[in-house]
Amino acid sequence: MLRLTAALLCLLALPLAAEEVVADLSKDEVAITANFDGSDILIYGAVKRDAPAAAGPMEVIITVSGPKQPVNVRKKDWRFGIWVNASSVEVDEAPSFYAVASSGALREVLSRTEDLRHRISIPRAIRSVGAPSSVVNAADFTDALIRIRTRKNLYQQLDNAVNLFDETLFSTTIDLPANLVEGPYDTRIFLVRDGVVVDEYETVIKVNKVGLERWIYDLAHEQPLIYGLLSLFIAIVAGWGASAVFRYIRF
Amino acid sequence: MQIYLPIAEVSVNAFLLLGLGGIVGILSGMFGVGGGFLMTPLLFFIGIPPAVAVATEANQIVASSFSGVLAHFKRRTVDLRMGLVLLVGGLIGAALGVQLFTMLREMGQVDLLVKLCYVVFLGIIGGLMFLESLRAIRRSKNPTTVPERKKHGLVHALPFKMKFRTSGLYISVIPPIVVGLFVGILAAIMGVGGGFIMVPAMIYILGMPTKVVIGTSLFQIIFVTAFTTLLHATTNYTVDMALAVLLLIGGVVGAQIGTRIGVKLKAEQLRILLSIMVLAVCAKLALDLLIEPSELYSIGTGGH
Repeated sequence: MLRLTAALLCLLALPLAAEEVVADLSKDEVAITANFDGSDILIYGAVKRDAPAAAGPMEVIITVSGPKQPVNVRKKDWRFGIWVNASSVEVDEAPSFYAVASSGALREVLSRTEDLRHRISIPRAIRSVGAPSSVVNAADFTDALIRIRTRKNLYQQLDNAVNLFDETLFSTTIDLPANLVEGPYDTRIFLVRDGVVVDEYETVIKVNKVGLERWIYDLAHEQPLIYGLLSLFIAIVAGWGASAVFRYIRF
Repeated sequence: MQIYLPIAEVSVNAFLLLGLGGIVGILSGMFGVGGGFLMTPLLFFIGIPPAVAVATEANQIVASSFSGVLAHFKRRTVDLRMGLVLLVGGLIGAALGVQLFTMLREMGQVDLLVKLCYVVFLGIIGGLMFLESLRAIRRSKNPTTVPERKKHGLVHALPFKMKFRTSGLYISVIPPIVVGLFVGILAAIMGVGGGFIMVPAMIYILGMPTKVVIGTSLFQIIFVTAFTTLLHATTNYTVDMALAVLLLIGGVVGAQIGTRIGVKLKAEQLRILLSIMVLAVCAKLALDLLIEPSELYSIGTGGH
């Protein structure tokens, strides 16, 4: 659907010079191992043209979005003399990670209507419809969500982070932090002229726990009883082992 | 060295965890407490989700209590009969506690409940212990004043009496079951063994002799925390094995060092140090509740 709109827009806006994005990633799979400490992903590509470049500045926007999850944003209030969670808003879809890199300042590069259509900027990438009527200022909650996740480096707005050469070659580096959630990370590359998206390229980065991490996580969720017993077994052996070893050392 | 915890889904420094385990281990070895009441808040501070911290800490306590109880079995300072009676209450309490925990987790109030429990119980226990040890120190300076002791209380008036030979007691089973129940609930909610509540309760409410108290409490704690671990693992999926192992290694080594330091200090000094530490943790948590937080909003995942 998006592709179709993009293609239609291409035809409408630029009937002469069709421009197309060709892109690749330095890696399309991120393995979360026991010593996973974040990962840098280089995204690079070029613009393919049938005809000479059209007039007007060209810009490139790249987004990487983690799996979308429903989240509860809670607000503390002064009740009975202490600060407690009093009100909450459920955000239906919030990506666990979201980075948007652009070749210029995002606000200047992209028009508001195009942002709405493609859900590119951070506030647009979050969808919240189910705010209860008792909450007056639902926007404060989504603002808070963005603020907290930005502080943890989970939401990144990277203006001027895409290097663009000769309106043809582009590249950027997205820094995935260590506290990642596994799942498919949708990566989108937008070619923008005069604030309008002229082409879009989509690919996926797979983020998965591997090895021991994978095994522990699967066991905990699929065989919780065995997992619990195993945890206890390790604890008992360690406790017995420690007392035995230290008794041996003492003599 | 960063390590990614598979269940908590956060990346933390492995040496920090080993160090925390070690420090808490030293303190628990020195004072003869499980250390859960220190470790769980410390895990909150370094950013482990509270639900994971509570469940994983229960698993770690199994290890440290098991290590401790072996020494007590050797010295024959475990009242098995009393332990089993306390256990009956403890298991029921743990089941109730985990239910309550799951319920409040869905309501988004679990952090508040855990923190309130900490503030209230650490405050009471720390305060009482501080006053008591101050009095003990004063008493040792002028030994003329003899402490008064109440015998025969409620525990002697209730029905269902039972003989506890190791403790030299003939009391009703109701008070130990109630104590066990209460500590079981707390163990599940607070992620502690409950030794710091159990020990005073055994001495002051049940009137057990001090020498069997720690062994018996450890014996009972192993089973209650093991049960809690299983319940958390099967209902909330929040036991993180990797986190538990790291804490365990540090804790087990630290406990042995702590025991050696503990031998060199006087009992009253130890108790006053412990009470100051308990009150400090309590004050930190209380301030978090009383002072307006810089970030009023928080994010909870889920919404099933």
